Amino acid sequence: MAEFTLPKNSVPTEGKTFQAPIHAQNIRRFEIYRWDPDTGENPRIDVFELDIDDCGPMILDAILKIKNDIDSSLTFRRSCREGVCGSCAMNINGKNTLACTKAIDAYPDTIKIYPLPHMQVVKDLVPDMTHFYEQYTSIKPWLETSTPAPAGSERLQSKEDRAKLDGLYECVLCACCSTSCPSYWWNSDRYLGPAVLLQAYRWLVDSRDENTAARLDALDDSFKLYRCHTIMNCTDTCPKGLNPAQAIAETKKLLVQRKLG
Amino acid sequence: MAYQSPPATAKEAHASHPGTRHWWLQRVTAVALLPLSFWAIMLLDLCLNAPYAETLGWLQQPFNSACIVAWTVAVFYHAALGLQVVIEDYIAAPGQKIIALWAVNLAFLFLALAALLAVFRIISKG
Repeated sequence: MAEFTLPKNSVPTEGKTFQAPIHAQNIRRFEIYRWDPDTGENPRIDVFELDIDDCGPMILDAILKIKNDIDSSLTFRRSCREGVCGSCAMNINGKNTLACTKAIDAYPDTIKIYPLPHMQVVKDLVPDMTHFYEQYTSIKPWLETSTPAPAGSERLQSKEDRAKLDGLYECVLCACCSTSCPSYWWNSDRYLGPAVLLQAYRWLVDSRDENTAARLDALDDSFKLYRCHTIMNCTDTCPKGLNPAQAIAETKKLLVQRKLG
Repeated sequence: MAYQSPPATAKEAHASHPGTRHWWLQRVTAVALLPLSFWAIMLLDLCLNAPYAETLGWLQQPFNSACIVAWTVAVFYHAALGLQVVIEDYIAAPGQKIIALWAVNLAFLFLALAALLAVFRIISKG
């Protein structure tokens, strides 16, 4: 059956509280999921009270401040700090997003930070992305051609054809969408999930690609593609403002057109 | 602990292919049920408010006979297709899944046949 109950040792317990400095005027409370695989203990929720006047404006600034000044064992991924690498994807106040592009002021009160939902946790806020990346590899995210490239020039594309990739190529593979999708939670072993399906569509509509039929063949599967039940969490949560649900719908339309045509 | 490498767990060599057909038939039956359901409300209204003979006469008109057969086929087929998706979503164990899918499909096949037999018996009266 689907996992309606939590696995053993997964219920978070109350953790440590780190209070703000006495002189702090502008205090914000952060509740952060912590789990250390080496201790064998349940995860815990640590509370950090931060002096926001002494901290950068974004959520990522806050957790960097925690790591630098309060608890150096806090573990998370981050790199570009401007929303182009997708590393700092996490669940903030119940919604998957990038910590670097969300302002602390955008949240009203206590800020609760968890790892991306329904992923194996490596440590603290770091999920295991191995399966997600393997699924991405499985859709062959590269240009596939059978004709030789034009001599002395690249494969050309009209402006109109290039425009079809807008809203698709911007995906940074942060996995916010896939890990917000209940279908992906239940069936991620076979369902590719919105992020990978958006990328699959990106290659389906690329005018230079010559392997569309085989790509569609590979997607015509009751699990890989059709576990999407248009729940729309993916589009709602995408920190880049993309629309994976539409890409999935367009893929289904391509398959039906091919079937009926 | 499984020792299968990540690529093996993520890649299936071939797609299973019934996906598009199943999805498309769900849509086709859903669209068919839109007008047919309004027709079914009229039938329900007659069943509740009109005398038996009048309801029978209405149902025996060729258009209405065709409608009730179409509605019965579409509604049971749509229900079976939909429940199949629910089972596939929530039951992961292969054995339980196959038993549940068979049970649902056979149950709806039986119900549809029983309903159609009842319809034929009613409209062939008088």
